Amino acid sequence: MYRYDNYDQSIVEARVDEFRDQVQRRLTGALTEDQFKPLRLMNGLYLQLHAYMLRVAIPYGTLSGRQMRKLGEIARKYDKGYGHFTTRTNIQYNWIKLADAPDILAELAGVEMHAIQTSGNCIRNISSDQYAGVSADEVADPRPWAELLRQWSSFHPEFTYLPRKFKICVIAAEEDRAAMRLHDIGLKLVERDGAIGAEVYAGGGMGRTPMVSPQIRDFVPEDEIVSYLEACLRVYNRHGRRDNKYKARIKILVHELGVEEYKRQVEEEFAHMRTLGLNPPTEELDRIRAHFAGPDYETGLSDAIDRSDPAFALWVDRQVVAHRAPGYAIVNISLKPRGGIPGDASAEQIELVAALAEQYSLDELRVTHAQNLVLPHVRKADLYAVWQKLDEAGLAEANLDLITDIIACPGLDYCSLANARSIPLAQKLSERFAAQDRQAELGELKVKISGCINACGHHHAGHIGVLGVDRKGVENFQLSLGGSGAEDASVGQITGPGFSEDGVVDAIEKVTDLYLAERQEGERFLDTYRRIGMKPFKEAIYG
Amino acid sequence: MKILTGNDLVTGDVVWWAGDGWSRLVGDAVDVGERGDELARAEEAALRVVAPYVIDATVTDEGVRPAHIKDRIRALGPTVRPDLTLKPNDADAGNWVI
Repeated sequence: MYRYDNYDQSIVEARVDEFRDQVQRRLTGALTEDQFKPLRLMNGLYLQLHAYMLRVAIPYGTLSGRQMRKLGEIARKYDKGYGHFTTRTNIQYNWIKLADAPDILAELAGVEMHAIQTSGNCIRNISSDQYAGVSADEVADPRPWAELLRQWSSFHPEFTYLPRKFKICVIAAEEDRAAMRLHDIGLKLVERDGAIGAEVYAGGGMGRTPMVSPQIRDFVPEDEIVSYLEACLRVYNRHGRRDNKYKARIKILVHELGVEEYKRQVEEEFAHMRTLGLNPPTEELDRIRAHFAGPDYETGLSDAIDRSDPAFALWVDRQVVAHRAPGYAIVNISLKPRGGIPGDASAEQIELVAALAEQYSLDELRVTHAQNLVLPHVRKADLYAVWQKLDEAGLAEANLDLITDIIACPGLDYCSLANARSIPLAQKLSERFAAQDRQAELGELKVKISGCINACGHHHAGHIGVLGVDRKGVENFQLSLGGSGAEDASVGQITGPGFSEDGVVDAIEKVTDLYLAERQEGERFLDTYRRIGMKPFKEAIYG
Repeated sequence: MKILTGNDLVTGDVVWWAGDGWSRLVGDAVDVGERGDELARAEEAALRVVAPYVIDATVTDEGVRPAHIKDRIRALGPTVRPDLTLKPNDADAGNWVI
């Protein structure tokens, strides 16, 4: 894992001191709310429905046990005993007091964490593959590049006031587990003639205008990735719409300019950048990369797993995936218990996972964009012990990528932007489809729910997506089918008129019934939908 | 009726204008008539509230009821965490917001 150097530590601590002063001036009236709001947002502090909300960055979703323990401690000490893991692999605390915010940031700085750039029109937390460094299908660990981009983008003076927020994702595998093509810029590391570089995608995103990003370059050498991104951002910063926030994302610029013209301008800027010598020194990438060198795995370990306990065997089949090292496994921890709140974890659960990471996963864990957690380096011989401890804590649900592994934004229960509640719907669906055999029969089926058009719940990318809207003060839910955030990325299509909360649960059941009736051998729900199209589903739903 | 709401500057708690100060209980809210914006400016300047705004509400048998679901959720607390609402012992409290 990356560890802060003195420079990283000093700039984070300086920001804490600066914010402490700003909060003090706000509390004494030296700053008005209009003056203070942009300052608190730069430190991840929002004012939500019930209180201030603090969003803490978890760079590329990677945490140490010590960091995770601190997140649990903050939940207990400063919040109401829980936190919410988000689709941006961050954590949010819902009940923060303004006066406590500087102390929380100081505690985070003590474990090399912060909330910088988790809001505002800047480059946000860099996201990546939750299996980075441990999956067999990647060409390289993408996290050194993600960390390099974190450093490059932190306090970047030219990109602090972009036309709109900007999200970057780095992956290095054929399987896209991070919704890379639904980011403003996506990088996919590839190998060409023995050299590492990146395919670059630009102009993806969700929100009110969902778009899957087109590829704008098929290979950027690794030592020029930063310069190339700088060129991408410069063109966006120059031409992005600042007059209309709904047309300000890079996806609109790429769409309106046209991909070829955007590419041409980026290449022109890139050619200029190349003359300036702005690429970070190779030694810096090497320094960062050294932090991500694979741990010293034990050798000679057995791959055998005692499956005599049926509940454990079920969990292994669903939650445990192959690790690149013999004798090890990747453990997915579901934050989607039956009838629970997707992504929420109590302080005790957070601290338990911290302890499990330390004891069983070489002191490392990950947060996924699907609002789950991952222990990336567990010896197969330890799986049963890990499962027992997770089970005792209510964290042993076996539903990875099944219909109850639902993504849901906080919705109208917490969010001031929301139009409808996402979580109660997720809970009803979780209950309706709780039977394990039914979930297994349906197979991979990704349900994603957003409480407003901003699409924090990724509904556009759901095999089944639900968007909550406000219809004359009453919650209403639009259903969409056929989205995907994976390597076969697509935007879902709306089925037709919306539903009440109970109505959309019934509609989803009709959709799944039709899928089971129509599917062919080996087809996932998404495959069947793509083969037979929307019409039969509409007929099943609306009659 | 028109009622005035906002968040406590220091704690962030949802608060309602009760005539002589702020209350955390929507039931204490009073009709501010046409004085809402003026009150909001004064209370914000006095550092007692942040982001105040005036909303429509009605008086029902159960007390003051904000017109919009968003404000009813603000008044009660998150419907998915009854233990954190203002009526933690009422399992059906969430129905009030619908």
